[in-house]
Amino acid sequence: MSAIDIRNLTVWFGHGADRADAVRDVSFEVADGESFGLVGESGSGKSTILRAIAGLVPTWSGQMTVAGETLGPKRSKSFYRKVQMVFQDPYASLHPRHTVDRVLSEAMQLHGVRDIDTRIGRLLDDVGLGPGFRFRYPHQLSGGQRQRVAIARALACDPAIVLLDEPTSALDVSVQAEILNLLTDLRQEHKLTYVMVSHDLGVVGHLCERIGVMQEGRFVEVLSVEAMRRQQAEAPYTRHLLESSINSIR
Amino acid sequence: MTDDAPLLDVENLWVRFQTRTGVFDAVRGISFTLGRERLGIVGESGSGKSMTGRAVLRLIRPPGEIEADRLQIHGEDVLTASEKRMRQLRGGRVSMIMQDPKFSLNPVMTVGQQLVEALRAHEPVSRAEARKRALATLDEVAIRDPERVLNLYPHEVSGGMGQRIMIAMMLLPDPEILIADEPTSALDVSVQLQVLDIMDKLVRERGMGLMFISHDLNLVAKFCDRIVIMYAGRIVETCKASELRHARHPYTLGLLNSVPDLEHPRDRLEVLQRDPAWREAPSVSARQ
Repeated sequence: MSAIDIRNLTVWFGHGADRADAVRDVSFEVADGESFGLVGESGSGKSTILRAIAGLVPTWSGQMTVAGETLGPKRSKSFYRKVQMVFQDPYASLHPRHTVDRVLSEAMQLHGVRDIDTRIGRLLDDVGLGPGFRFRYPHQLSGGQRQRVAIARALACDPAIVLLDEPTSALDVSVQAEILNLLTDLRQEHKLTYVMVSHDLGVVGHLCERIGVMQEGRFVEVLSVEAMRRQQAEAPYTRHLLESSINSIR
Repeated sequence: MTDDAPLLDVENLWVRFQTRTGVFDAVRGISFTLGRERLGIVGESGSGKSMTGRAVLRLIRPPGEIEADRLQIHGEDVLTASEKRMRQLRGGRVSMIMQDPKFSLNPVMTVGQQLVEALRAHEPVSRAEARKRALATLDEVAIRDPERVLNLYPHEVSGGMGQRIMIAMMLLPDPEILIADEPTSALDVSVQLQVLDIMDKLVRERGMGLMFISHDLNLVAKFCDRIVIMYAGRIVETCKASELRHARHPYTLGLLNSVPDLEHPRDRLEVLQRDPAWREAPSVSARQ
């Protein structure tokens, strides 16, 4: 069974003459335990797909089946137990006046998780932060540490699917490596399914098995990372992306 | 001044901030020179690379302090120059391109007004003449239909276009040195290279000195002649860009290895193991 099955998804903003289609007739499937990447330039609609899945954009049409649930205009509580999201900017996605402890326990209380106290300790261990971080405020953490907290919050209710919206683009390369390794480990440990948005082909290639290339709201091409590595991209836009990204010197 | 003297000559530069908990040294005694070349300055956030760029133009606000044995722009001392003279130097002889065009363009002036203002601040030219030169420069940065763009407001242009407008504005008064502080990190990958190509071409054609500040080692290696690698306010290594693959300092190697690469997949990325000794090691001189 596939974890995510999306058919003919169209997302728009505004209405009447002002209507702009951000995503146009996109279909894809993500298998259980797979990691699927979405790439494209800003404005190509890649983040909008994630937001539509997470229920953050009400104006969409098409069919979305996520974790066995066919999605309607509203998401159920059990949906959010199975699907969680990590946002791009760890400086904006954590409440500045809530401690790490409160951020995590609130997420668990909402889902009726019991044994919150021990779970917080374990979560912090899982994401590589010691117990010393539990009562800190976001401003006392570095960007990488904040992103770890955001990941811990996403994992708080044991989801099966995690939506990652450019999780490392606000971070230094050295910190990015740590977070990517962490995501790889967590995926193995918790058998997670990822959908990741990124504009960095290196990052997507590292974490994902299949990649959907987007331009102007449409899928230009869906191909495996293997094919991309062997330069077997067919669409000219994918080639252009490849050319502009392969510049590593090692 | 002879012409082979460096455009920028920095020796033992310190940038300090007085804080409640004592003095924080953002830049700790670095030395480098910049000739008519492209010099890349690389480091993580907090390594002092941006502070170095700002210190050159004396753009550090109190409580920050700049101290140096020598800080000269084309033989002229920056530390003792008057504020009036500094205003002439900034933008006139040394220009700076900041990270995000959204924040560095004036939102309530049209692109044309800003370009004309930038030029007229440094040269006594008529408005009509300034406008003509603005058009020519916009054309140089590959902006189609410059006539139309002159009348647009910054919010009406895209990020890549905004950054090209910034480059045009900075190049209008014909400076000798261009300091580019992460000029493309707010842009898309596909536009990034285009903007860099344009900047690179103009800098080479005009024989300017470029100081390219970035956290992206691969990008810098591609666009610069010489690279300076900074860690904790000091220079840990300097090398020719073409010889980066032979870099020896563990920090440089760590940075290189931590980048995920599409062509050479690895199961795990190398994570930088920071050695406290790096912090204490004396700064390497990047003078030439």
